[in-house]
Amino acid sequence: MVQIFIDEKAYDVEDGITVIQACESAGVEIPRFCYHEKLSIAGNCRMCLVEMENSNKPVASCAMPVAEGMKIKTNSEMVVKARKGVMEFLLINHPLDCPICDQGGECDLQDQAMAYGSGISRFVEQKRAVKDKNLGPLIKTHMTRCIHCTRCVRFSEEIAGNNTQLGAIGRGEDTEITTYLEEAMDFEMSGNVIDLCPVGALTSKPYEFVARPWELKKTETIDVFDAVGSSIRIDSKSDKILRVLPRINEEINDEWISDKTRFAYDGINNQRIDRYYLRNSEGKLAEESEENILKIIHNSLSNTKASQVAALVGNTLDCESIFSFKKFLDELKIDNYDCRQDDSFFLPFQRFSYIFNSTIKGIDDSDLCVLVGTDIKKEAPILSSRIRQKFLSSPKTYKIFSVGNFNLNFVVDYLGGNPSSLKKLSENKNSDVFKKSKKPIFILGQGAMCHDDAADIFNYCLNFYQKISKNIDWNGFNVLQTFSGRVGALDLGFYNKKNISRSLIKQIYDGKFEVLYLMSADEINFEKIPKKTFVIYHGHHGDKAVKRADLIIPMSCFTEKEGIYVNLEGRPQISSQVKFPIDGVNHSWTFLNKLSKLFNLSLYSDHNDLREKMFLNHEHLSYINQIQLSKINKNKQSKFKFSNQEMKSNISNFYMTDSVSRNSKIMSDCSLAFLKETNVT
Amino acid sequence: MSQTSFKKIAEEKIQPKDFSFDRDNMLLAKKILKIYPKNFKESSIMPLLSIAQNQNNGWLPKKAIEYVSDFLEIPEIKVLEIATFYSMYNLSPVGKFHVEVCTTSPCMLRGSDEILSFCEKKLAIQEGGISKDKMFSLSRVECLGACVNAPIIKINKNYYEDLDLNSTDKLINNLLNDKKIKIGSQSGRKGSEPRKSSYDKKR
Repeated sequence: MVQIFIDEKAYDVEDGITVIQACESAGVEIPRFCYHEKLSIAGNCRMCLVEMENSNKPVASCAMPVAEGMKIKTNSEMVVKARKGVMEFLLINHPLDCPICDQGGECDLQDQAMAYGSGISRFVEQKRAVKDKNLGPLIKTHMTRCIHCTRCVRFSEEIAGNNTQLGAIGRGEDTEITTYLEEAMDFEMSGNVIDLCPVGALTSKPYEFVARPWELKKTETIDVFDAVGSSIRIDSKSDKILRVLPRINEEINDEWISDKTRFAYDGINNQRIDRYYLRNSEGKLAEESEENILKIIHNSLSNTKASQVAALVGNTLDCESIFSFKKFLDELKIDNYDCRQDDSFFLPFQRFSYIFNSTIKGIDDSDLCVLVGTDIKKEAPILSSRIRQKFLSSPKTYKIFSVGNFNLNFVVDYLGGNPSSLKKLSENKNSDVFKKSKKPIFILGQGAMCHDDAADIFNYCLNFYQKISKNIDWNGFNVLQTFSGRVGALDLGFYNKKNISRSLIKQIYDGKFEVLYLMSADEINFEKIPKKTFVIYHGHHGDKAVKRADLIIPMSCFTEKEGIYVNLEGRPQISSQVKFPIDGVNHSWTFLNKLSKLFNLSLYSDHNDLREKMFLNHEHLSYINQIQLSKINKNKQSKFKFSNQEMKSNISNFYMTDSVSRNSKIMSDCSLAFLKETNVT
Repeated sequence: MSQTSFKKIAEEKIQPKDFSFDRDNMLLAKKILKIYPKNFKESSIMPLLSIAQNQNNGWLPKKAIEYVSDFLEIPEIKVLEIATFYSMYNLSPVGKFHVEVCTTSPCMLRGSDEILSFCEKKLAIQEGGISKDKMFSLSRVECLGACVNAPIIKINKNYYEDLDLNSTDKLINNLLNDKKIKIGSQSGRKGSEPRKSSYDKKR
């Protein structure tokens, strides 16, 4: 700790921080443009100038480390004059087009010009103009507004780290921010530069000229497009979602979100199922009343043997829906149900086998990383950038191995693509690395867990991990889930306990079941379902499933209800309701309630009742935002067989992974723009 | 001052289709790479770019930038940033003799503006232009760092100092006629030794 004086008051601050951080902790506001807590220090905007005793020039507080006895003045005459001067220079080439700028109302430059600027400019010469850059379907540029803070450049280099990066070409007045030859910014986290830009140079293309920030209703909630469960804020105006912004959450997403989280929102209103449909004798879907639908389902379920009914839940469902559905099925003694449309492997009743045990924050403490069958950059961009930051902080010592040939944004030792390359981990040349490591993390992706040899891969990795880990307090054996509803569903036990083998999907294709009830499950191959199976689809979007379904039930989607989601760490979080459901559309549990009435089953009086019943059986879900740590269980298997089949990620198109993002226009634009080589589905 | 045309990326039709170091340059490049630690390969970006520029008649095509970025395993934009920042790198074709006239304050006081306009007239090209026969290109640059011998012209790798209109005329004529020319001061003084002053007489 060192003692410094800010505006003649003494403060004890941590050693090694900068003056701007000290001022922040003391509650003194310093204006800034280029400085950002999560990025490296550039010191090029000069807005954070303060007066320091014994220095005859003002100093840039963002780049000045604190020292014992330092005396800082933040509102002296010199500082006020310096800020006015810097502001005047910054505005020399700035167009002052606030009324037509999308940043207006939430612009750092606008706010700080009001607070610290002099009000008039003495500049009468020609202003500089810069050609706008086309950076793809997500980011709109207006480069004349750029003040060259280089936050976006540092972000793309330090956090995102893709091949296509931003840079500043030219020098002096001719400096321009661009990508190499104006390539589109195709990395998975590119949208964050919109938030970072302190002016209106980089703004959101889909949000172009849509609304002003003060018109928007802001709802704090969590993201469900991947399993990370990023904290987000949804801005809406009269029931329409207009944009999604990240919220700061140090434990999960820092203050970044992926492009899918940010831009897939427009899919929510497209292709919604808002009525009941039944396939008639001609094979066409026709509208039907709720009463009739309830009767038909009642008939078909009561006339079919319980063993002839199968049920699947979707990947982005909340715990309440899954729990109420499971209870309904259990009471009808139907036990052929599962949440794994991809046949992902896990060990029943052993929670460690399907969650991210080290926690996301644990990545920062780790000293070695082994990726097995995971294209982590596409499956969880937030985690990938955390690993990148860890890697950049100690590039010489932090080693990363990858089994599986994926393009990642950090330097990786590729061991090979098929499971047998796992054996290379125990080669002699690597033994030193593993011996030295105190906190290793293993990340098993769905590429490994959905592989035919998943059990062998899992157990081999577990064996190897247990062999090298010495620290009992450290659990770095992680499974990376890719869907927001998966951990919750597995926690709730939505899988067949009698028949754990991964064969339910195959049995469905083989025609073993007469009735198939899909609750927003649309990732299976519908063409393979035999014609005689009666398919009930209970979901919110008209996606692949609708083509095959014989009966369709509408459902509220995740922005229309409050729900508990468990993220990949096993952390229960509550998503909030942004708007009311479409007219005549029920929540999933209300519809099941109506159905249960016909069967004379137990009912829920309201949402709270449902939650309480759920908490009674699954207490850990009631500890919102808390992670229940789990211990690794010993594994007995010692002989392993590996095939030569390559491990592939379960996500081929990052932009389209569920029914909402598949219906999003922005996401389809991205797929077309960025995925030319790969097949766009 | 606006960017000269040599700092703009050349048109597509004159961009070569391919670029790679020839044998000698490859050896040189590998030698340069060895100077720097393995995890700071990108430190050798500037010498590599000048090797590439020398190999390609004094300018850097897109392919060369991509080649260097591949060579160092860094994003292309990082190479382009360097190539556009320094006036020594040209991104479009220059003449066989690339004439760079320094016009920063000391040279300006010693008459560099006249020399620049004289060169424009003599070579019949505008500042930032290239002559039709591709022999000469002319550009205005910032301080070349030899102010004691102002005004200065840099032609390809060499400095020509202490110029006036006569010596500039002679210099260009000699270049045109392929005659041998003296590098350095054109006024006959050695290096930057003091001119004979009143102080010398008194002694």
